[in-house]
Amino acid sequence: MSELSPLLEVSSLSKRFGPVIALRSADLSVRPGEVHALMGANGAGKSTLVKVLTGVLRPDGGTIALRGKIRVIASPAEARRAGLMPVYQDPALIPDLTVLQNLRLTGTPVEAVRRWLSELGMSGIDFGVLTRDLPPPSLRLLDLARALAAEPDVLLLDEITAALPADLTTRVFDVVGRRRAEGRSVIFISHRLAEVSVFCDRATVLRDGETVGVVEPARGAEAKIVDLMLGPVAADVARAEAQRAPIRSGDGPGKSRLEVKNLRAGSMLQDVSFTVRPGEVVGVAALEGQGQGELFDCLAGVRKPDAGQILVEGRATSFRHPYDAIRAGLVLVPADRMQALLRQRSVRENIALPLVSRLTRWGLINVRSERRRVKQAIERLQIDTRAQAQVRRLSGGNQQKVSIARWLAAGFQTLLCFDPTRGIDIGTKRQIYVLVRELAAAGSSILLFTSELAEIPLACDRVIVLFGGRVVQVLPANVADESTLLRAAHGLAAEAAS
Amino acid sequence: MVVGRVAIPFVPPRLVRRHGWTIGVYALLLASLIFTVAIHPTYGAFDIKSLALGALPLALAAAAQTVVVLSGGIDLTVGPLMAVTNVLAARAMLHSNFRDALLIAVLVLILGCAAGAFNGSIVVFSRVPDIVVTLAMSFVWGGVALLILEKPGGGAPLDFQNLAQEATLSPWVPNALVLLIVVVAAVWMPLRGSRLGLALYAIGSDRTAAHASGVNVPLVRILAYTLSGVFAAIGGLALTMTTGIGSPLSGSFYTLSGVATIVLGGVSLAGGKGGMLGPMAAAFILTLIPADLIFLGIDPNYGQVIQGIVIVLVVMVGGLAALRRKPA
Repeated sequence: MSELSPLLEVSSLSKRFGPVIALRSADLSVRPGEVHALMGANGAGKSTLVKVLTGVLRPDGGTIALRGKIRVIASPAEARRAGLMPVYQDPALIPDLTVLQNLRLTGTPVEAVRRWLSELGMSGIDFGVLTRDLPPPSLRLLDLARALAAEPDVLLLDEITAALPADLTTRVFDVVGRRRAEGRSVIFISHRLAEVSVFCDRATVLRDGETVGVVEPARGAEAKIVDLMLGPVAADVARAEAQRAPIRSGDGPGKSRLEVKNLRAGSMLQDVSFTVRPGEVVGVAALEGQGQGELFDCLAGVRKPDAGQILVEGRATSFRHPYDAIRAGLVLVPADRMQALLRQRSVRENIALPLVSRLTRWGLINVRSERRRVKQAIERLQIDTRAQAQVRRLSGGNQQKVSIARWLAAGFQTLLCFDPTRGIDIGTKRQIYVLVRELAAAGSSILLFTSELAEIPLACDRVIVLFGGRVVQVLPANVADESTLLRAAHGLAAEAAS
Repeated sequence: MVVGRVAIPFVPPRLVRRHGWTIGVYALLLASLIFTVAIHPTYGAFDIKSLALGALPLALAAAAQTVVVLSGGIDLTVGPLMAVTNVLAARAMLHSNFRDALLIAVLVLILGCAAGAFNGSIVVFSRVPDIVVTLAMSFVWGGVALLILEKPGGGAPLDFQNLAQEATLSPWVPNALVLLIVVVAAVWMPLRGSRLGLALYAIGSDRTAAHASGVNVPLVRILAYTLSGVFAAIGGLALTMTTGIGSPLSGSFYTLSGVATIVLGGVSLAGGKGGMLGPMAAAFILTLIPADLIFLGIDPNYGQVIQGIVIVLVVMVGGLAALRRKPA
């Protein structure tokens, strides 16, 4: 390893929000021409560190030095001038302005953005459309191209690959990796260990707002990173759980819990039929935009199908409103946590909300029984309730746990999970999958869509693969390894089956 | 044409689609003018002039409100600020000559600018919600107006009044309309295309993303209120021109009517969406309604009821159109 002086040196940075300590003492040292991963479990302080580095938040203590000079970064504009450019988890584009206006707002050269976009394989974006009308993957790449066009010394990518399909992810790595040669650096946040070990030179691991280690992931150090992220005790537990996680053979007894017949909705969902039995976890595998969104919306009563039937316990249903679906025992855990939760309200109120109709007597809420059921749900899911007064202050993983806990407290027969582990660390991911298995063992049915195909065999009994709005293949989970699923999801089902 | 109608659904060009609401409002204005001529065949240059005189202060109140609402705020001081500038101008201009009146007008504009900046600074630095701050400030400014002139009075030189009341170019083009076009073209048009204008829309559309894009959010918010103060001051001067006097209670009508006008004009109260041209046409529509009622021989007190119904209907129709466009 050559001993280059660091481009960016962060030492003992701290930040607290009221009683919640987001960063205790974070250290980070990035060399020129390095892709540096920032890793840690949910709530470890990664996003906070990025926000402090890019001037969105002011630190309470610690220093940031660029090329050996200590800098105070008081605003996003100042971070930009200092050569630090972020691409956040939520794209920082103004929805009511056109692409062109967004670029002018930040004073970004348009031609450079166009060039980077074509390198990223997205030259088709029309600069005259409102960014509100662009799909999320395009938004992220646009945000990335805008950041690249500013030619920053340090590019900070917060979960850039979380919302991207696999082919675009490769493109992003190609383009970003090339900057190494120019002596420019990248700080890369991701929960996908595989990406980190292929793509990054070194990784700094945060735990509870503190830097606990710097490792070189290239030397097969995945296990070490996991141990660092989870801490000594949690790592043992996680390993034990991984070994235990049983995969049941999918022959649940009795009739179907949920049956979908020839469902069609909009232009995406063409013709989908399948059944889910009690105690069964059925996985849904699909690339971006193959009708899975419409399928889940129809099942949750968010939209009405154009044709086809949804049968619950053998009875035909017609959902006009999510209320009808919930009454029929179908509940949704959406990918976007904030869609399901009341951001400004407490953890307790969020969990109790679906329960309210059952807890009221004469129009008053029975507070004691509410508190008991909420407490049970919190304990069962091990929700970190340090910041319980407002859900929006929780980390992503804990927010997702709250959105599951709501239904746990309220009760359901069929859980519809739409990409529940998007942007969540492996510790929490494992807890969610263990919970899914436990719920199935207790007799619930679960329909699970996940964009991370490798996770399907972990949690599911059977997998249905969607392509072009149709079911192209149904596989038992034990043969559904990543490459088989990927082929099927690309519409190569016939070949794969033979 | 015929083939196109059968095979391809009509897709309006983007410009029409994005400014659909504004085009709709102007179509509605044209329709109401045609309706007016139909029920009142002698409608002529004189009526056009009184329409423009009536619409001018309302249009300026709407302009003041538009700037703040686009930035994601609300300004309930528009009416009282118009009253303050109205009485101040009328009191100072009484017995003055035309040149002094113009000088006073400039001073009044500077005062409006300062008052707006003051409002905005309180909103930004106190961190009290804008609706609360501007509601409280509306009482303050309302009181100041009464302190300056406790009952209607004052005056302005005839030449100054004629800036709005005459029709210099042609009998069919009243000065009030020209004045409005000049003000909007001189203040708003250069701003809209600038980075500051983009920042104004940005903070109204998504304040977090705007901050992350490097926009100085507090500064742009204060500037929005400042600009609102300028428009309100122009509105107050317009009241002095059109009525010839100062009246301390004249402004109370313009705060909420201004809000109604911008809603009809296609400005989203959630911020970030809309423009200045729609509200200008809406001000004329809402001024035309009471006049039409008089022509129809209906009690003009029904005017408020009908204005309310028109606003709800138009916003509903606009919402339905947006819904129909979505799934495609």
